[in-house]
Amino acid sequence: MNHLLTIDTAMVDWARAQFALTAIYHWLFVPLTLGLAVMMGIMETLYYRTGKEFWKQTAKYWQRLFGINFAMGVATGIILEFEFGTNWSNYSYLVGDVFGAPLAIEGIVAFFMESTFVAVMFFGWNKVSKGFHLASTWLTGLGATISAWWILVANSWMQYPVGQEFNPETMRNEMTSFLQVALSPVAVDKFIHTVLSAWVLGAVFVVGVSSWYLLKKRNIEFATKSLRVGTIFGLVSSVLIMASGHHSAYTVAQTQPMKLAAMEGLYKGGTDQPLTLISAVNPFRQPDYERQDEPPMKIAVPYALSFLATNDIHGLVPGVRDILDGYTKADGTVELSLEQKIERGRCAITALQEYRKAKKGGAPEVILNELRTEIKENMPYFGYGYVRERSQVVPYIPVCFYAFRVMVGGGCLFILLFALSLFFIYKGKITEMRWFHWIALLCIPVAYIVSESGWLVAEFGRQPWTIQDMLPTWVGVSHLGSSAVMTTFFLFLILFTTLLAVEISIMCKQIKKGPEL
Amino acid sequence: MKWLNWIWHLYYDGFRGMTLGKTLWAIILIKLFIMFFVLKLFFFPNYINENVQEGEEDEFVSEQLIPQHL
Repeated sequence: MNHLLTIDTAMVDWARAQFALTAIYHWLFVPLTLGLAVMMGIMETLYYRTGKEFWKQTAKYWQRLFGINFAMGVATGIILEFEFGTNWSNYSYLVGDVFGAPLAIEGIVAFFMESTFVAVMFFGWNKVSKGFHLASTWLTGLGATISAWWILVANSWMQYPVGQEFNPETMRNEMTSFLQVALSPVAVDKFIHTVLSAWVLGAVFVVGVSSWYLLKKRNIEFATKSLRVGTIFGLVSSVLIMASGHHSAYTVAQTQPMKLAAMEGLYKGGTDQPLTLISAVNPFRQPDYERQDEPPMKIAVPYALSFLATNDIHGLVPGVRDILDGYTKADGTVELSLEQKIERGRCAITALQEYRKAKKGGAPEVILNELRTEIKENMPYFGYGYVRERSQVVPYIPVCFYAFRVMVGGGCLFILLFALSLFFIYKGKITEMRWFHWIALLCIPVAYIVSESGWLVAEFGRQPWTIQDMLPTWVGVSHLGSSAVMTTFFLFLILFTTLLAVEISIMCKQIKKGPEL
Repeated sequence: MKWLNWIWHLYYDGFRGMTLGKTLWAIILIKLFIMFFVLKLFFFPNYINENVQEGEEDEFVSEQLIPQHL
């Protein structure tokens, strides 16, 4: 029985929900690991340079919180790989050779490097020289960052599948250029933006926790100095992330214009496009992008979207309808309409079917070569061959639209937070500003929401594709019953919630205990 | 040998001297047990390996992906 005729749509939804749950949970730990890694590195560098016991104890304190977070987060990402093999078997088989490479490198190189130096960092305080210990602390952070690099390379490849070719004989995508996969512009942008966002979260965490001590009027010197380091690091990271965000938007506009249109609620595009600050997009239903040109009550910054997407205030930004109907780009090239892409996708599927029949029947090489060429020419649109309705290729706009605004709004809020903090430090009033301490403390959960929103934009925005333009979600899933996936979804929910509660409890106890000063 | 001895003592003394670390290791081990010996074994089989004989995976996936009505 053909998989696509009997696929349970609830299975697709549950498999997506389970993957989203696992990824969101995993991402609760990763950014704090990356952010605190730099913070503790800076603190220990201050100890190395000044020789003051104060900085040693400060570094050890933040390393302890890093350790709790690291221990709770370790291996949570492996569950995603279980899900690939069980819930997303077609996807895994088709692209495992390409997608698996960065994941394997991550496991072998980065994870082991990270683990080795973590041991020296925690166990080596009185056993190795100050310099060696400092190097181990920085290498722990570097290992975590390299680890993130390979995971983000894998994710970016799904959004921008380069450096590969489909082999109709093995039914697998095979890597043709490792460098294209590892250094694709999407991977580079995603890495920079993601790591910077993690640094901002780490800085918000340090500023927030330090503020708690100031609210409690205890460990004042420790809190003030930690807050100062967190503020400077956070402010620099926040400003850099604005620049990387602009470049990410530019790359998205070039590679996934539908995602940008969904983020913006841009139904009918054009030149000189304004950037929407806010508008009344219904959060609970897909808007009528076929009839409306833009969402109601739109407040926008003139020309800003064109600048963001094209680096030119008059640049062309296609909307949802333009992408569905086809349009001519600024350089004169024509983007095919959805109907044309569907036609090309069906050609690829039919040619694949004929190729496999011909191969089995022992057809001459000349026929096989013709079919191979036809598959190769149409492969970039392979996934469109499974599309039946226009609505299937439009991401859920409300989530993309609001998550994007939460992400950008949060980023601006953190710049303000760090700027205010720096101002109060400069004025010598940081210990007195109780209202500011409260805001800084409340910014910790906000930073997590903002960070997760970034991923919502990235992942909701690329729907329905598991591999951009090549494999829609309903083709990538396994032929399982939805009840099986639903069961494991709730198992994960219980497991994750328990682990999260344990982590928060241990973390709060250690914060209450404070540094050993 | 000196290096091996040094590494051994780094880990041995480190693990012995742990306080909070003992709790964290206990959580890590419980978590890994649940993941690999419960979830992976009973809930997350490899779908293709379970349904297809070795060497026939490409045929299975092609049957899954090529709609007969095209």
